[in-house]
Amino acid sequence: MTGMTKSIKPLDKATTIAFGCIILLLGVGAIAEPNFLSATYLVQQLQVASFLGVIATGMMMVILLGHIDLSIPWTISIGGMMATGASGILGPELGVPLAVPFGIACGMTVGLINGIGVAYLRAPAMIFTLGMNAVAQGVMVYHTGGFAPQDSGTPFMRELAVGHLVPGVPNPLLIWILLGAATVFVLTRTTLGRQIYAIGNTERAVFLSGVNTRRVLVICFVFSGACAAAGGILLSGWANRSYQAMGDVYLLPTVAAIVLGGTNVLGGRGRYMGTVAGVILITLLQSILSVLQPQVYFAEFGIKLPADVFRNIVFGVVIIGMLLLYARGAKVQS
Amino acid sequence: MSVVPSTQAAAPAGRARDNFSHWLLAQRGLLLAVAIFAVMFLVYGWKLNVGLTANIINTAANKGALLALVAMAQTLPVITGGLDLSVGMIFVLTNCLASVVVVGGPVSAFFGILLVLGVGLLCGFINGVIVVYGRLQPIIVTLATGAVYFGCSLAIRPQPGGSVNFEFADLMTRSWAGVPSTVILLIAVVLLIWMPYRRSVLGRGAYAIGSSEQAAYMSGVPVARARLLAYTLAGLFAAIAGILLTCITYSGAAKASLANDYTLNSIGAVVIGGTSLFGGVGSAVGSIFGAFVMRTVGDLLIVFDINPVLQPLFVGIVLLFAVSIGSLRILRVKNKLDLYR
Repeated sequence: MTGMTKSIKPLDKATTIAFGCIILLLGVGAIAEPNFLSATYLVQQLQVASFLGVIATGMMMVILLGHIDLSIPWTISIGGMMATGASGILGPELGVPLAVPFGIACGMTVGLINGIGVAYLRAPAMIFTLGMNAVAQGVMVYHTGGFAPQDSGTPFMRELAVGHLVPGVPNPLLIWILLGAATVFVLTRTTLGRQIYAIGNTERAVFLSGVNTRRVLVICFVFSGACAAAGGILLSGWANRSYQAMGDVYLLPTVAAIVLGGTNVLGGRGRYMGTVAGVILITLLQSILSVLQPQVYFAEFGIKLPADVFRNIVFGVVIIGMLLLYARGAKVQS
Repeated sequence: MSVVPSTQAAAPAGRARDNFSHWLLAQRGLLLAVAIFAVMFLVYGWKLNVGLTANIINTAANKGALLALVAMAQTLPVITGGLDLSVGMIFVLTNCLASVVVVGGPVSAFFGILLVLGVGLLCGFINGVIVVYGRLQPIIVTLATGAVYFGCSLAIRPQPGGSVNFEFADLMTRSWAGVPSTVILLIAVVLLIWMPYRRSVLGRGAYAIGSSEQAAYMSGVPVARARLLAYTLAGLFAAIAGILLTCITYSGAAKASLANDYTLNSIGAVVIGGTSLFGGVGSAVGSIFGAFVMRTVGDLLIVFDINPVLQPLFVGIVLLFAVSIGSLRILRVKNKLDLYR
């Protein structure tokens, strides 16, 4: 069983490298902009990171199983739009207090359908969740096309996203810490956690051991839907409004953060601390590019380029470069 | 495709019938896609008041051919058991590049086209090299290279615009005696690129890798080269689609939403066309019909007076329906274990 205990230790090569890169990025940022290392700025970065962190937590469970959830973008939108529109759907008396649970329940419904499709219909997760993403998009477009829904959040949602329950710690960060702690507990200390890792390695063997693997699959997809919806609710509370394509920019960073943290895309291996490192790394990378402003240097040479050029190229190169360092697969041999 | 041993002893007539049923089984996905498309397109033509005029067929073919080419690009990596999430980005990148270089007189436009095709090949080649020699998961690699390619297309065309050689664009988008050029283009791509590839050692190797990489390696299939070629050709197909888009819109635009839309729809088209996402089964021809099915959904919404903004909903339902048909196999499996990998 040494292999088993080894596989769930909190730190490993990938996590160490990711945390190393975070320190490197902070160093580069501090040279370019002294304010980069101030406590206010770092806490603000962690607050931004926690939106991605909450979303990535659910997706990570699905990836650990060896599947993927491509319905993340519109599940985020569903979470945000249903929570802000709850008073229009449930009525003002019920809608305001139940906004957050209602949004999460809608996200869980998407996850439930995904889970049933993957676990019981045995459809490839990639294509089934892709179809659900399109259906979710269609339903939301229909929802906004029929009448103008309420798109600003309730005061409670606003408080969730920008308030400080514990002084100095923004609420989203607190939520991420609690959610992360619970996830680490489930993954390392419960049967369910063991089953998730085991299914990611060989579902067949787990099934033969008498585990109801389909139930585990459904649970993880529902959890992923709930996390994406929760991310959407936090985002719409933060921006004080929800809109249709709000989740579109989150698919690539979510997958990238999880994979950079050392989780195997084929499932079965990965630690939550790695995902934490990946999320912080991605957030810092995005913020450092907006601080460094490489387009300004190019403009001096007369080449005018939009900032997104560098964001995209650096993003892609960093992901591939880091993965080449530690995520290479085994060579095929006889 | 080998014939099952028992048929060797059977009478010639029986063998022919077995061959036919074997062929039917292998092409089941493709035939289903053709049937679905035929039904949908006939309903479309029947509901359309003016009937199917050459103009309407031409417009439908142009729209469908773009997705068909991107879906063909997607098919090759999928056959090897991989996936290319950057096809949409290569499509947009080549569209932007073509709006800059396929201009001027016939000669400069010709070299512009060659350059664009070369860049497409290069993008696919880069994907292939990282997947094969970097030994990383294709889905992550192409997600990342897709971001790089999109950054490049933004650098080429920060604002939508540009132009294209008018004669060439007209040639690509007109129709000849009712047959749209885009259909001729698709047939040419199938006959000149897909069929030779399918019959080549590396093409058959791609199918072998998709079925079992280990077995392919042990049988002496050039695994690395076959996979590299699959990704490289995917880049080429995406570049042809990019040039065609430039001809249709007379401009280039670096739009992430367009790229993502094409990438995701290409996966749907591939699946509807009968190619297995697990690899080893399928064909680019099926993907063409899969793409036309996905595009006809939008046309049907218009003739049935359904709000076109609902298109994603119906495309999603068609996708879920297509995968659910594949799920019928769970009713047939004799050993429950076969359901689990």
